[in-house]
Amino acid sequence: MTFFILKRLGLAILVSLAVSAIAFFLLRISGDIAIAIAGEGARDIDIAAARQLHGLDRPLIVQYWVWLLQIFNGDFGQSIFFKSDVLSLVWAKLPVTLLLGVLSLAFALVISIPLGILAAVFANSWIDRLALSVAVVGQALPNFFFALVLIVLFSITLRWLPVSGSATWAHYIMPVIALGYYVAPAFMRLVRAGMIDVLSADYIRTARAKGLPAHIVIFKHALRNAVMPVVALTAVQLGYLLGGSVVIETIFALDGLGFLAYQSITHKDFPVIQAVVMLLSVLYVLLTLLGDIANAWLNPRLRIS
Amino acid sequence: MKKFIFGLAAAVTLAAFNIGGAFAGKPDNSIRFAYDQAPESVDPYFNNVRIGVIIGQHVWDTLIYRNPETGEYKGELASAWQQVDDRTIEFDLQHGIKFHNGEEFDADDVVYTLNYVADPKHGVTTQQNVAWIEKAEKIDKYKVRLTTKEVFPAAIEYLSGPVVIHPNEYYEKVGPEGMNAKPVGTGPFRVTEYDVGKSITLEKNPDYFADSPKKQGPIEKIVIRFIPDRQTQMAEVLSDGVDFIMYVPKDQAEQLEAVPNLQVVSGETMRIAFMQMNSQENTPSKALKDERVRKAIIYAIDRETMVKEIVGAGSRVLNTICFPKQFGCTDEGAPGYEYNPDKAKALLAEAGYANGLELDLVAYRERNQTEAIIGYLKAVGINANLQFLQYAAMRDLIRSNKAMLTHQTWGSFSVNDVSAATPVYFGYEKDDISRDSEVRDLLKKGDTTMLPEDRKAAYHDALKLIAEHAYAVPLYSLPVYYVATADLNFKAYPDEMPRFWEMTWK
Repeated sequence: MTFFILKRLGLAILVSLAVSAIAFFLLRISGDIAIAIAGEGARDIDIAAARQLHGLDRPLIVQYWVWLLQIFNGDFGQSIFFKSDVLSLVWAKLPVTLLLGVLSLAFALVISIPLGILAAVFANSWIDRLALSVAVVGQALPNFFFALVLIVLFSITLRWLPVSGSATWAHYIMPVIALGYYVAPAFMRLVRAGMIDVLSADYIRTARAKGLPAHIVIFKHALRNAVMPVVALTAVQLGYLLGGSVVIETIFALDGLGFLAYQSITHKDFPVIQAVVMLLSVLYVLLTLLGDIANAWLNPRLRIS
Repeated sequence: MKKFIFGLAAAVTLAAFNIGGAFAGKPDNSIRFAYDQAPESVDPYFNNVRIGVIIGQHVWDTLIYRNPETGEYKGELASAWQQVDDRTIEFDLQHGIKFHNGEEFDADDVVYTLNYVADPKHGVTTQQNVAWIEKAEKIDKYKVRLTTKEVFPAAIEYLSGPVVIHPNEYYEKVGPEGMNAKPVGTGPFRVTEYDVGKSITLEKNPDYFADSPKKQGPIEKIVIRFIPDRQTQMAEVLSDGVDFIMYVPKDQAEQLEAVPNLQVVSGETMRIAFMQMNSQENTPSKALKDERVRKAIIYAIDRETMVKEIVGAGSRVLNTICFPKQFGCTDEGAPGYEYNPDKAKALLAEAGYANGLELDLVAYRERNQTEAIIGYLKAVGINANLQFLQYAAMRDLIRSNKAMLTHQTWGSFSVNDVSAATPVYFGYEKDDISRDSEVRDLLKKGDTTMLPEDRKAAYHDALKLIAEHAYAVPLYSLPVYYVATADLNFKAYPDEMPRFWEMTWK
């Protein structure tokens, strides 16, 4: 198990480094940072000064190396637009995104696991088809559109919920539904497939033959085995939810990392974009690593192979 | 690490259960305003966005005030002023005014602010607003002398707009960064809460000076929230989450007119739309060097129909590259180019492009209008390939001489003088892609001549030349649509400045 963890950890570090390099070089290709720093109406002399001051006149590989060293020292630089320390800016926005991600994941699990169980227990019935329809709608609807539908229904027509902001818990309800619903189908299909598989196993037949009530067979014996793959997927989907919150945070003006990323892209605020991309990708890599470890812990065949 | 995790958990919990949301509006005499963009800094000298101008005019004051309806100048922080010679103005200052932090306003504040912003090393974002200042000197506690670098007749106009006055002791201590974190001015409102990139709250300044031409009204508080998504803004105003939004697209504003608890107000602004045609020596499109091709492009576009069908109420067709109400702006003597696709085709054929022409068109806003223009050009045989970019990216293309046609807009920073408009695009500045030295010299003369009639004559000749040579396509003035709660009394002005200090609830 230790060797497995070390191997995966090494891989995670390499992936993070590769992501950091790709993010760095892609952003450098997308435009001249010196012009962005010098600002609107800057003269050539101002742009040249900005280029020299920020070391942008050095070879790209040197710039990348310096940036990497600074990151290891906890220095993500200064925001060009907000004129403040990038790290403190990102830290201040992180709680909102984490809260949104965790709540969306919880919402996805709360609707997908019961639906998956029902679909498996009543396979090929109208219940199964209904659950399938819920999944198809969830995957087919772009989340920005679904978000607008929610706003029209709950804010404009019924006036139950506030449209945007992050001041109260009520502000999180629609973003959580919009974001969580999008990832729920994947969980539902996995639970359904796992349950169908498990429900046809010999030990379930034995449990039923012993006369155990249906809910004990399903929840105590079948579900425990069927949800194992969900554990790994949960970690990966949480990473996806954190990274995928840019659109939802922008629509609902939730003051999190996604909103910050949108503002930074709009204003060509390269240091912030780099920090957000780096942070979200490291979080994603870490969560995938945790998912792999959890899976290996739950399933010995994986770590042996 | 433990500390970090604990802190993060606490922040997450606080974020989840903070029930202190601001519910305001008519009941507590406040206005909730949503805007799509946060300013990079609240300090008016270090941002170049409209919301920065709006906040600036509420939190700070200027030496002079321009009445937005009559154009008449009055003293604001200055009680009187006198033009001593072509480059020198002396100001008598008001007594007894205090900044929001209690600092007394006097000549030291004016001298410090003007000298600070005029120094290029401090890197004021919009240099155009301050680059004309040479120095300010204190004559006595309430008297200041201002010297301009050269003859600059528009000085009073700038001093009544973007040139606000900071408290010298505080600004010296905290600088622009500190001013952004905790803004301090003399204005009718003071900043009481500022969450960077999220919201800013302004509350009525209880000590605001009674003699100010900005008459303080009954509004107690303005909560400005930055909501980037236009649909979300509309949902907020529909669900009574905010009271006031602006820059609503025409089609959506027209739909909102049917909502009983809302009012839609549109008005002309100083922002003009026009197209540049790159005709300079090394233009990437040789065709645009031919005056007949440029004229064909103007004849091809039905601007009247565009104004009526797409742009909206409050807009008007322009014949010259300036806003008609700006000092010095005129279309007298300038040729008008009516919509005439046949003439356009004939001119193209005459220029050797009977079989059509391929051009790139770069644009950054009002995409529907750009697409209409592309349709008109297509009808006369010009294939315009659209490059729709962020403003900064478009500007990079223009300044590196890679743009052929541009669909531009310019708001003149609400400065009511041609010197803030036409010279930016025809005065050999970086955005000038026609580069006619005769036009440049005439504009320069207009910018640096003191006698109003001489200035007008110089601008007239420059604008006429630009039109005669068809260096650009003057399109129209852009209107702005405001949507507000029906109970709010407000007025739209051409400078795109909502004046919250004079608004009232019905």
